[in-house]
Amino acid sequence: MAVKKVFTKPASMTDKTMHFCPGCTHGIIQRLVAEVIDELGIREDTIAVGPVGCAVFCYDYWDVDFQQASHGRAPAVATGVKRVHPDKVVFSLQGDGDIAAIGTTEIVHAAARGEQISCLFVNNSIYGMTGGQMAPTTIVGQKTTTTPDGRDSSRAGYPVKLTEMLAVLDGVTYSARVSVHSPANVVKAKKVIKKAFEIQMKGEGFAIVEILSTCPTNWGLSPVDSIKWLEDNVLPYFPIGEFKTPGEVSS
Amino acid sequence: MAKGRAIICEHRCKGCGLCITACPQGLIEISNKLNASGFHPAVVSELEKCKGCALCALMCPDVAIEVEREEK
Amino acid sequence: MGKVLMKGNEAVAEAAVLGGCRYFFGYPITPQNEIPEYLAKRLPEVGGTFLQAESEISAINMVFGAAGSGARVMTSSSGPGISLKQEGISYIAGAELPCVIVNMVRGGPGLGNIGPAQSDYFQATKGGGHGDYRLIVLGPASVQELVDLTIEAFEMADRYRNPVMILGDGILGQMMEPVEFKVKEIMSGPEKPWATTGAKGRTRNLITSLYIVPEDLEEHCRKLKEKYDGIAAVEKRHESYFAEDAEIVLAAYGTTARICKAVVDQAREEGIRAGLIRPVSLWPFPDEPYFKAADYADAFLAVEMSNGQMVEDVRLSVNGKKPVHFLGRTGGIVPTKAEIYADVKKIAAGGVR
Ligand SMILES: Cc1ncc(C[n+]2csc(CCOP(=O)(O)OP(=O)(O)O)c2C)c(N)n1
Ligand code: SF4
Ligand code: SF4
Ligand code: SF4
Ligand SMILES: [Mg+2]
Repeated sequence: MAVKKVFTKPASMTDKTMHFCPGCTHGIIQRLVAEVIDELGIREDTIAVGPVGCAVFCYDYWDVDFQQASHGRAPAVATGVKRVHPDKVVFSLQGDGDIAAIGTTEIVHAAARGEQISCLFVNNSIYGMTGGQMAPTTIVGQKTTTTPDGRDSSRAGYPVKLTEMLAVLDGVTYSARVSVHSPANVVKAKKVIKKAFEIQMKGEGFAIVEILSTCPTNWGLSPVDSIKWLEDNVLPYFPIGEFKTPGEVSS
Repeated sequence: MAKGRAIICEHRCKGCGLCITACPQGLIEISNKLNASGFHPAVVSELEKCKGCALCALMCPDVAIEVEREEK
Repeated sequence: MGKVLMKGNEAVAEAAVLGGCRYFFGYPITPQNEIPEYLAKRLPEVGGTFLQAESEISAINMVFGAAGSGARVMTSSSGPGISLKQEGISYIAGAELPCVIVNMVRGGPGLGNIGPAQSDYFQATKGGGHGDYRLIVLGPASVQELVDLTIEAFEMADRYRNPVMILGDGILGQMMEPVEFKVKEIMSGPEKPWATTGAKGRTRNLITSLYIVPEDLEEHCRKLKEKYDGIAAVEKRHESYFAEDAEIVLAAYGTTARICKAVVDQAREEGIRAGLIRPVSLWPFPDEPYFKAADYADAFLAVEMSNGQMVEDVRLSVNGKKPVHFLGRTGGIVPTKAEIYADVKKIAAGGVR
């Protein structure tokens, strides 16, 4: 009988302990990306671009060449990188505020151009890093520090469904939303992230992947209750699924 | 039936409890001791019952769990 | 190749190509549109990339990405667009990335107008974006100098891992003059082992302006200061035009300096010993020639297409030794030789404005 390691830290991940709050699912996403890089064998061919937000230190956790962008501009920075290194795998990771508020222009036009990059974003329906203000994705009724009585759609409008929005653009090859609130969803999320990278590697175009995530600290809930809150409140508004797929690509 | 071993790295663990709800066997609990970062780390209480399914590790945000499985 | 007649904006663009620029990211704005238009045709011919961005914010961040990836890269714009680039410029300076930024200055503030101006001097030389950083700023005064300084800007950018700005104006961009491209072969930059190229067989590279630990950021800022001090020690440039024995020293850069030369000629003909000290580098500012001239000259006259920006650097240089007068026009209006000369005569006659 042989003992086999069936789960261990991916090689593309550094040994640093992550700075995320306990139970914040940002950490799962960091790991999934590293696992995908390992599985595709692209650690030495990858250039990552990071956001301003709670994922700002992801360069500490991924052992790949890395550029730290300003708030919202990661897709533009990634465009500059990819145009110089068309043979490398270039991806960005952003938060929901980073990508769907201040950086809306950059993501829409990177998508419209059909940049050969993979853009990932973590939707935790809040501005995590700055202490829990309303995000463009905050659910109607959700309490944040700037919507203390809950988001009122008559004054603060409605959440932005960026992934669906991008799917209508001809420049977009792949558009999908996943979540990491359960083991099955984590497995699915990884497949989708991997697919986004593979699409780029085959030269098939632009991919956007939205990943639903928790923010126990600013939601004011325990990590376990946050998972439940995501299921009950975020999932109904932000359905999981693929909104656009390249016919030819199968994962 | 597969036999496994989930090993929780005490110093990486932040005691969030996500692994506890993920374990179908209900084997994990939060310990009373404190780790160097001031968290109560999770422990696998009945390791001999572990199936090595790695569901706990899949949900661990801090990559604190390694899982081994005995294979025939 | 001998001399060719070229418009300033097109000459900058061709100079960039010769200087090894392979990537251009920009957004249309008058009066610099000939730069992107020229490069849209020219860059593909040399295997480069022209990309019209969705905004100046995006353009400067594409510059960040390309510069961090090791390429020679340029963007160009004018007033309002340069304002939008400021955040990106701060990040580029913080991450110590080399690039060239052209500002063909137009009238401001706000939408202002598309006439020539020099009112972005403060923004270019004193900051513009946030944080303790410096741009190297060059102020050409002819199409030939636009060419020579643009090519040199790429060298300086790589030498110092710092953004370099070419501060022109609407007139320089539109002006046709004969130019010679002295560079015969397209240049290429140095090896950039720090760039993100994929971590093949080496430890990974990180391009960032983030230093979360206060001591680390202070150390970074200290290193930057050291770099800027080093640049200031060797890169100050100026042109002296009959300034060595002048009783009245004019101070002007770019287009205004051209007019001031004609003023000096007229003054000399009419027996007034006037001269011009023209800063070629606007940062670092060539303070010494003004300081020295203050020993023998009676007065200074700074002339600008602004309400008075560079004049502050002239005053700092003169350091109170002699009066520094100012003549400025704004709104896209270029000061005339006659009005400048009238001021020179007044100063020569001992009149104080
Ligand atoms: C130009 C600019 N404006 C504002 C900020 C402050 N800021 C930092 S992170 C952030 C929001 C991040 O939220 P999100 O993108 O949702 O990421 P999260 O922290 O939730 O993962 C803001 C507003 C900034 N750094 N730069
Ligand atoms: S603030 Fe929220 S999103 Fe940020 S690390 Fe903490 S829990 Fe995660
Ligand atoms: S490997 Fe499976 S059975 Fe073992 S502790 Fe983890 S979840 Fe429970
Ligand atoms: S999920 Fe990870 S960090 Fe959370 S309690 Fe379990 S082992 Fe610790
Ligand atoms: Mg967020």
